Formats: sequence, C-alpha cells, structure tokens
Amino acid sequence: MKKFGKILRGSYLSLLFLFLYIPIIYLIVYSFNDFTTATGRVVYSNLGRWSGFTLENYSQIFKGDALDSILVTLELAIVSSIVATVIGTAAAIGIQSMKRRSRTAVLNVSQLPMVNPDLVTGITFMMLFAFVNSLLVKMNMERIGDMTRLLIAHISFSIPYVIFSVLPRLKQSSDMLYEAAMDLGCTPLQAMWKAVIPDIFPGITSGFIMAFTMSLDDFVVSYFAGTGEHSTLSVYIYSAATKGSHGVNPALATIIFIPLVALLLAVNLRNIRKERNYEIQNKKVKMKNGGK
Amino acid sequence: MKRKIFAYPYIVWMLLFILAPMLFILYYAFNINGTFTVSGAWAVFSNADTWSGLWDSVVVSLITTALCLLIGYPAAYILSRMKKSVAGLMSVLLVLPMWMNFVLRTYAWQAILRDFVPDVLGLPSIMYTQAAVMLGLVYNFLPFMILPLYTTLSKMDKSYIEAARDLGANGFVTFFRVVLPLSVPGIVSGITMVFIPSITAFTVPAMLGGGMNELYGNMIERAFKMLASEGNYSYGSSLAIVLFVCVIISTVIMNRMDKNQKEGGQLW
Amino acid sequence: MTTKKRIALLVALLMVFSCLFTVGCGSDDSKTLNILNWGDYIDPELIEQFEEEYNVTINYSELPSNEEMLIKLRSSDNIYDLCFPSDYMIEKLLAEDLIAPLNKDNIPNLANIDAEIMDIAASFDEGNTYSVPYMWGTVGILYNTTMVDEPVSSWNILWDEKYAGQILMYDSVRDSIAVSLIRLGYDINTRNADEVKEAADELIWQKQNVLLAYGTDDIKTTMINGKAALAVIYSGDAFYCCEENTDLAYAVPEEGSNIWFDNIVIPKSSDNKELAEQFINFLCDAEVARQNTEYIYYSTPNAEALKLLDAYFTENETYNPSEAIRSRCAIFHDLGDFTDVFNTEWERLKTS
Repeated sequence: MKKFGKILRGSYLSLLFLFLYIPIIYLIVYSFNDFTTATGRVVYSNLGRWSGFTLENYSQIFKGDALDSILVTLELAIVSSIVATVIGTAAAIGIQSMKRRSRTAVLNVSQLPMVNPDLVTGITFMMLFAFVNSLLVKMNMERIGDMTRLLIAHISFSIPYVIFSVLPRLKQSSDMLYEAAMDLGCTPLQAMWKAVIPDIFPGITSGFIMAFTMSLDDFVVSYFAGTGEHSTLSVYIYSAATKGSHGVNPALATIIFIPLVALLLAVNLRNIRKERNYEIQNKKVKMKNGGK
Repeated sequence: MKRKIFAYPYIVWMLLFILAPMLFILYYAFNINGTFTVSGAWAVFSNADTWSGLWDSVVVSLITTALCLLIGYPAAYILSRMKKSVAGLMSVLLVLPMWMNFVLRTYAWQAILRDFVPDVLGLPSIMYTQAAVMLGLVYNFLPFMILPLYTTLSKMDKSYIEAARDLGANGFVTFFRVVLPLSVPGIVSGITMVFIPSITAFTVPAMLGGGMNELYGNMIERAFKMLASEGNYSYGSSLAIVLFVCVIISTVIMNRMDKNQKEGGQLW
Repeated sequence: MTTKKRIALLVALLMVFSCLFTVGCGSDDSKTLNILNWGDYIDPELIEQFEEEYNVTINYSELPSNEEMLIKLRSSDNIYDLCFPSDYMIEKLLAEDLIAPLNKDNIPNLANIDAEIMDIAASFDEGNTYSVPYMWGTVGILYNTTMVDEPVSSWNILWDEKYAGQILMYDSVRDSIAVSLIRLGYDINTRNADEVKEAADELIWQKQNVLLAYGTDDIKTTMINGKAALAVIYSGDAFYCCEENTDLAYAVPEEGSNIWFDNIVIPKSSDNKELAEQFINFLCDAEVARQNTEYIYYSTPNAEALKLLDAYFTENETYNPSEAIRSRCAIFHDLGDFTDVFNTEWERLKTS
C-alpha cells in the first residue's frame, strides 16, 4: 500500500514535469532541425515539420542582430537581479525592524508590482519615461537611454520577489544576532555582513533566482518600457513576426537555456551530494558510538 | 544606528518607480491632448463591451486559477513531504522552463497543438480555441501557484497531522480538517498570483486563441497600440484603471479570506 | 558558504556583467545609422555589405505594425534615420510633418525604379518628394486546392459555410475591413460610417460562423501544413507558401483588392540625412535590389532588378501580377479623423 502511494506520487510529479517541459524539449529538438527550404532559403517558421539534423542554426546566431538581443537579455537579467537582490535584501532587513503600521504600508505597496499586471506596469513605465524625457529634452539634457529604462523597469518588478523571499528567513532568524555582533564591536555594516547575511543566505539565493527568472522571462514590460533601440530577445522575437517574416531561430533561446540550466543543476546536485555525504558520515559516527 | 535605514533606498525607489508611474495612468485617463476631460473615461465606463469583455476574462481566469489550484495542490503537497534538498531542487525545476524564452515557448505550443497533437498523437486539434488559451495560461502560471503552496505546506507543523492521526482521524479527514485549513495562506497567495495576471495575458490569447478568444489584456494592448497612434491614451488608461480597481478589490477580498494573515504582504 | 567564497562569487559576477556591458555597448568612431523596419524585411548580408563599404554601424530595430512605427516616430525618444512605412502611413507622417524631403542628387539610382510605380506612389507622396518605393504586393486569397474544388474568384468564398472552421483572416484593422468593404462593393477608403459598420457586421457574422482564426505570421505555417483551406494573405507570403506546399494556390478576387507599397523615408529627426540617402541609393542599386527581393520574396519596384531576376520570379503571377490584376486593385489612403470609426468598429468585432 505504501509502495503504491509512492508510485502514484512519483508518476503525478513526472506527468507534471512532462507537461512543463514539453515545449522546452520541443524547442531543443527543433533547434537542431534543418530549416532550409527547397530554394535554399532558411525559413524558421515551420516548427511542425522535421527535415533533418543540422548544427547550422547555432552558427546562424552569430550572424545578424539577434546576438545583440541575446546579450541585452543576459546583461539585463544579471545586472537587474543583482541590484534587486541588494536593494531588496537591505529593504527586507529594514522592513523587519519597522513599526507594525509602517511595515504593513510598505509591504502592501510592495505587493503591487507582483499582483499588478505586467501590461499595466509596462505602460506606466512607458508614460513615466516619455514624460521625464520630454522634460530632459526641454532642458537640453541627454535623454534616458534604452538600457537604463529597461534596467529600472526590471529592477522594479524584481525587488518584491527578493523581499518576500528574504522576509520569512528573517522572521526565523534571531533579532539578537545583529545586536550581539554590534556589542562585540562590529559596525552596523559589518554586523550585517558577518552575522545577519550568512543566516538569511538561503532566502537571498532564492530571491536572486526569482529576480533573475522574472527578468529573463519578461516580455510585456520590456515591450512597453523600452524604445526598441536595444530589444530583449522576447521583444526581438515578437517584433520579428510580421509580414515577410522568416520565423524565429529556436537556437536563440536554447543557447541561453542550456548553459544556464547546466550551471544551476551542477551547483544544486553538488549541494545535495554534500548533504548526503554529511548524513552518511553522521550515521557512521552514530553507529560507531552505538557500537561502543 | 537603526536597522530601519536599510529600507530607505528601497522606499525611495518604491516612490519613484512603483507609485509615481501609477499616477500617470490616472493623469492620462482624464486627459486628451493636454486638456482635462472625462470623455475618454466615460467612453470606457459607459461601453457595454468593456464590462462584457472584463466579465468574459474573469470567467476564463477563474477557470484557469481553479485548474492551477487543482493541479498544483497535490504537487505542492508531494513536494512538501519530500526531503528538503530534493524538494528544493524540484522547486527550482518548476521555474526553470521560464529560462526558455517566453515567446518561443508559446510558438512551441502553437506547433504542438497545431501539428504534433493531431498528426503524431492523432487527437483532435484544440488550436485557436478557448481550451488552447486556458492550456497556455495554466502552463505559464502553474509555478506561481505551486511555489507559495509549497512554502506554506513545508512550514506547516507536522505535529498537527500526527495529533489528528492519533485522535483517530483517517487520511481523508486529516487532510480536509487539518492540512487544508492550515494551508489557506498559500492558497490565497497562489490565487492572487494566478488570477490577476491571467486576466491581462495578451500574448497567449493572440498566439494560441487566434484572436477569437480574447481577454481583457488584448483590449488594453490594442487601445495602447491603435488609439495611441491617434494620440489617444485616455481610452487605454481608463481600461487599465478599471482593471486596477479590480486588482485592489480582489486583493482585499483575498486578505479577508485569509484570517491567519495578520499583516499585509505575505504573498510568497 | 564562507565570507571569502561569497566575495569571490560577487567579484566573478561583477566581472561577467562588466564584460557583457563592453560587448553590448561596443561603439567605435564610425557613424551609426538607426533603421526601423518590419521584421526580416531586408537581407542581413546587405546590411553587412553597406557597413563595410561605408564604414558605418547599422543599428537595426524591428516593429510589427505601421501604427507602432508612427508612435515611435512621434515620440520625443525617436532616434531613427530610416524607416519603411506603408502608403497610407506616409500620408499621415506627412500630415504630422514627421518626415524630411529627399535630396535626389544623393540618390542617382532612383532612375532604376519603375516609372509606373513612381506614378502610383505619387498619389500618396506628391512629386515623390519624401519617399522611395521599397517593396510592393497585393492582398489575396491563399487556398489549398485539395480542400477547395471550385475556382477562387470572389471574396464571398470566405463567408461560405461549406468551409466553416477552415478560414483564416488577417489580424489587421485596415486589411480585414477592406476585404469586407470590397465584397460589399464599397470603396476601401470610404468615409461613410454606415458602410464601415455594415462591413464590420459581415465580419462579425463571419467570425461567429465560419472563421477558424485571425492570424498574422502563423497563417503561413497553418496553410503550408494543410491545417486550413483558405486564408487572406499578402502576395509575398503567398509566393513562399506555394513554394513550400504545391497544393496551395493564390488568387486576387475579381471584385478587386488592395495593392500596397512599403516605402523608404527619412524621419525629420535624423542627424545623418546624407548617410541615410546613401543607404537608400544603395538599396536602389539593381543588383542589391535583386538580392534583397530574392531574400524577402516580396515584389521589387526596381525595374532594372526585375531584368536581372530569374524567370522563376518574373513569370510567377503571384510575384509579378499581370496588368489585369494590378488594375483592379486600389491603394489605401490615410483616413484622418475617420480612422476612429474603423478602430471602434474593429473593437466591436474583436470583442464580439
């Protein structure tokens, strides 16, 4: 009976992951598809027809302007998630020590970017930047550039994910830690860095991963907040689908996906293995002690 | 030095980039070509299409949210009973699909529904139907349902369950009388994270629904693309305000439902 | 993790993104030309060729519609030197004073453009002062001959209940309403609100009873893979589809249709007008235009390039329609304030 439950649980999760990964597998497979048409042109539109294996799609990435959008996407994801993690972690620490009423107010506003639809967020940024830029132009100053616009937008919608990942950890961690470090002669920053941060590090990591994911996954906010001068991969792909379009090379997405996932899984599996080794050692120690 | 000051950079950021942009929507809703007017907003509020469009989207989003909850709850429950490190890896695997480009992922669904399902699996194609739109929405929002559920369930004190078992409750009763009520905060977070975003999804209905099964998001997107080219931001802004009011109302309702939540902002 | 390791991690990350920044923003002393175009609407090899020949960096952005192009050009953020709007959009850009007159001394290759096409272009750009035709085509019906037995000669077939669930329309205000207007015998540039309303009513009936979907780019693949019988499509896309699936055929209905021109213009805001004109001249070169049209598959207005083209292109009725077909097609004009009526009707149709 117990075994049956285990199988049931296992197959439920497998089915769920199959569902989540079907389009991913599909894209990875088709990134090796030969998209050359009868007349020798390369048209990527038809993701539904397999016509032979090739690595050509991967070398195509380095031709033309798609590479720029890949770099913009990665750059944006890395920079915005780091900045969001720093601001968000600091904010969570600050919020934790706030009075009840102001804490509730700040947290409620922080919820806005998470529940507010991307569409509205993107449009509000579009309006904000148009307004600021028209002021800047009037004052004969340099406009806010496309990269800055995208960065501000991405940081803004990522911060709440960091805050809400770090806060629960902070609640579990003791308030005394910071005070104790200060009593031992640390400056506030030192106390933060040496005592508090290590304690809440798992929360920071998961906040960082969420921020990174939200930035990488975003289409709508970038679509409205940016000017199109530097487009992210999503915007590039969406804009390319017009009349006369040759479709989108699936390798554009897999070339980001595969290395990142490999890196992440390597780190995670190492941690799991470490934990297991630790457990085995613990058991051995226990057995030894028990033997005596 | 007080720890409060660590929050100050964020509070400045919040005022500048979260609250201030909202004001622009308000401004543009009541402003056409630089003059104050309620005509744009009135055109939205008095138009039956606005409300019927919103209602249709609410229905689709409710079904999507219910499906996410039904599929996601068992998954979160299974995860919460696993070893911490394995469950951690699993929850990372849940968000990993989002590292593959969103638009291309939807293109892949197009191809799967249009060609793979009928040609290889021999099943009827659901491409360009309401079902296809819902499938796309469930696919995109499922992780946002599972993750908060998993967080709540894994924090749950296992002794409650043991106590219920000791008192003679069977698995079924334990689940509905103990586990489910204790996981309400997670359910509330999950619903909030799925329901509102799915009302405004506009790419999925456009790409999988073939423009036949649109959501409120498509109305807003069109308003900003087409009418904005005529210099009219008022219509789109007013549509956005209607939506924003709905967001606030549903958040308030959700917070009421979640009596355990004593302070604001526990989404994650 | 120890503190040391954390610092190491941070430094590594900082290094990674500072590298990315230098790669992403790498700019040298050469001039930059900012181009705003439709997706895949130029052979990328030609961009590289021009960059090498003239020592310039080309910054190429893409947009999916004329309306979005207008929004970008109107915004104070506009940085573009070249842009490729359609016929009716040129009238709008002119009315809003957003584009600059061309110095034709810098564009000697303008002589290569077909005189007849220049005459048509003069109807939206008087004296061909502001624009140079880039690509052109018709709108028609792409159909699968294994699913449609009868000859396709009328727009009425798109309302035929026999083909319920197998018909695709093009997801664009002007194109869809135009199809309905022509079918009802009205002018595609009508300013009669009742006619537009009637056309929209017909489209609503069509949507609710016989239509499979409104599509854009996906129409091509759906038709090639034989998942629909009939679709409204641009001639250039039809040409490609017929090549991929020999069961497909393209027809421009007898009632008439829309003939469209995409044109090259220089926005007023451009700081590199002369360089932009050199680029226009480059695109008008016969050999370049030939290579470009073979990449895009849309018809070139370049008479000299047409002479260099293979018979495969020139003898194809879809690519190179006969005078009979051309003469029954009309071009779009800007509707001014009347655009609102089209937009409102379109909104009614989409939410129905």
